[in-house]
Amino acid sequence: MKADIRVALVGNPNTGKSTLFNTLTGLNQKIGNFPGVTVDKKTGYSTLPDGRIAEIIDLPGTYSLYPKSQDESIVFSVLADRSNAHTPDLVVVIIDATNLKRNLLLYTQVADLKIPVIIALNMTDLSTKAGINIDIDLFAKKLGVPVVPISARKVEGIDKLKQAITFANKIALQEPSIDVEAIAPQLIAQISEELKLDNPYFALQLAHQHETVKFLTPTESDRIEELEKEFSFHSQKSQATETIARYSFINDLLYDTVKVPETAKDETLSNKIDKVLTHKVLGFVIFLGVLLFMFQSIFAWSAYPMEKIGDLFAWIQNSLHRLLPAGPLTGLLVDGVLGGLSGVMVFIPQIAILFAFISILEDTGYMSRVTFMMDKLMRKVGLNGKSVVPLIGGFACAVPSIMSTRTIENWKDRMITIMVTPLVTCSARLPIYTLLIALVVPNRNVWWIFNMQGLALTGMYVFSLISAIVVAFAFKLILKGRERGYFIMELPVYRMPRWNNVAFSMYDRSKAFVLQAGKVIIAVSVILWVLASYGPGDRFAKIEQKYRQPQYAKQLNPDDLKRAINSEKLENSYAGVLGHVIEPAIRPLGFDWKIGIALITSFAAREVFVGTMATIYSVDGNADKIESVQKKMGSAKNAQTGQPVFSLAVAFSLMMFYAFAMQCASTVAVVYRETKNWRWPAIQFAYMTVLAYAASLLAYNLLK
Amino acid sequence: MTLSELAPGEIGIVKEFTDLEMSVKLMEMGCLPGESITVSRVAPLGDPMAINVSGYQLSLRKFEASTIILQ
Repeated sequence: MKADIRVALVGNPNTGKSTLFNTLTGLNQKIGNFPGVTVDKKTGYSTLPDGRIAEIIDLPGTYSLYPKSQDESIVFSVLADRSNAHTPDLVVVIIDATNLKRNLLLYTQVADLKIPVIIALNMTDLSTKAGINIDIDLFAKKLGVPVVPISARKVEGIDKLKQAITFANKIALQEPSIDVEAIAPQLIAQISEELKLDNPYFALQLAHQHETVKFLTPTESDRIEELEKEFSFHSQKSQATETIARYSFINDLLYDTVKVPETAKDETLSNKIDKVLTHKVLGFVIFLGVLLFMFQSIFAWSAYPMEKIGDLFAWIQNSLHRLLPAGPLTGLLVDGVLGGLSGVMVFIPQIAILFAFISILEDTGYMSRVTFMMDKLMRKVGLNGKSVVPLIGGFACAVPSIMSTRTIENWKDRMITIMVTPLVTCSARLPIYTLLIALVVPNRNVWWIFNMQGLALTGMYVFSLISAIVVAFAFKLILKGRERGYFIMELPVYRMPRWNNVAFSMYDRSKAFVLQAGKVIIAVSVILWVLASYGPGDRFAKIEQKYRQPQYAKQLNPDDLKRAINSEKLENSYAGVLGHVIEPAIRPLGFDWKIGIALITSFAAREVFVGTMATIYSVDGNADKIESVQKKMGSAKNAQTGQPVFSLAVAFSLMMFYAFAMQCASTVAVVYRETKNWRWPAIQFAYMTVLAYAASLLAYNLLK
Repeated sequence: MTLSELAPGEIGIVKEFTDLEMSVKLMEMGCLPGESITVSRVAPLGDPMAINVSGYQLSLRKFEASTIILQ
């Protein structure tokens, strides 16, 4: 879509910026990347009253233009980089009317960059209720910008805001806030002259951020560094001076335009809720209760839709088998690609429900209370209160969770969180655990209500959290911190969740999951299918020849004969050869070459395991039906001993392997993307594989 | 007297900071000299603490609070 005007949304966290963005753009949005950095770039389109189309860019929430985390550093870059084609024509600064003072700090910084600005004054309904009286006309006049009161939640004032965007000035007319040049007069003058800048605040920001912004050449950046030394510029002192000056400007402005009720407020509702939710004992009990309810619901509510999705795929596969001529290509499409895809699609309900919960927990403000309660505990093991969010998200999928670690400002805390998040039992491990537990753990109740299979599964989840914490502690001892950690975080007031946002997050995350996992599954299915369908040299021809001898036709009925041929072919295929090659290495864990093939293919994505098992045990018809795979695996016997292949020891050894091994190409890719260094995914892959092998070996030998 | 020494419910007024790096971050969040701070609660495990400052609630660790000197 071609945009006529480019608008950037800027604001503090928790001001309703995303809600406004969703309201302005609807589902008409996409997530891309800012050039050179990994921060998600959310853009969408909105049609203005005069028919023009505005491209809206949602920039990460920040308290100031001085970045404290990776996400925030993008805000200045986007606003300031005038060589870039993505430079906004207009900035809409969203300001929380109930918290004007702190919100205006960011506004004055943005305004001083001299880009045309509009203020969207959000939550005016709440500020009026709290008795805050804002003289909006005077406020707008003093700042020299249009101020539009809105309520993003109640979708009020949005039309007025669109109108203001339509009639926005092409040039910046806002009144100056502070005397920027007074902060570092000579340095600002010199940088402005050498880089030919006309804006003193831009020059000052470059002095602070020249090392991180992408649009300066190394020569320019080095020259700024030289100038800073020459004029003995101290970045933090300058920031302190600037902040104090800005707040003094804001205090003067608010004194004239805003009346806040004199009387001390009664205890707010938020405070009352906090007394319960962050209570010494109750707080933790409630948190555990919330987690328990979340997992119960994920399993309970997703069972029915998952079954239906499975049925749908089985129906499609069966129909295609009937319609298409039998042959290798049909096999690839129907059993390989579709079979693999259905293995991913059945997770949609679980992913959607989990993200609904996470989005509700974040939206209501409860997640920041959990962060508040857990910080001390998490710090002991080298993590941070903010690590709780990715760790809980890890139960769904490590990929978005690792991306969410960007909110952790401290480098070491963030790295450790990234390193241990993939240990948490993600939804891709679930079908493997379910399958193996169903094979070896009796479906019986103990202690009245507890189902043994359910207990085993819960055990795997708890075990994963414990191992993540132990590994985090180990990393805490090994890694050297580069900077001091700190934990200065807003605790937003409790609010009702915005159901639109919840629904949007369910849709958005499920889509991302399907696209990301779908690609891997299709690729792996095709490769595995080729490897399993062809063999080196003339081995396949020899097998065909062997079974053509008359004694086989006499002994076996046609179906059994076909199966005998297929299984011998598999053993001699490239995949089979590969399995035999690694068999000596995995035999101590109790695995045979067939499991070996599944292990190899699972390194692309864990959920491939079930599909591979299905292919290998050549199940007729529905390659994706877990029941039939389960039956086949249950009846598989060891050729030498006649014992079942999947004994208790083998099943638990396998589960241990899947609990620890880094078998997910998407996670490896996202860790690289987030750390911008191959060392981290390599270390992660290595330590997880070693742990997987050791835990597997231990489990097998203890249970054998 | 530093902010970390206040008990829940007590009020103090910011005088100055002992740490420049921390002060820049705290001031951006509204903890400025002259501003009044009320301690609203302390986390169940004794750290961090939650304070009310310039009309909203902020959470910070005891160590960070100890860099804020009160009048």
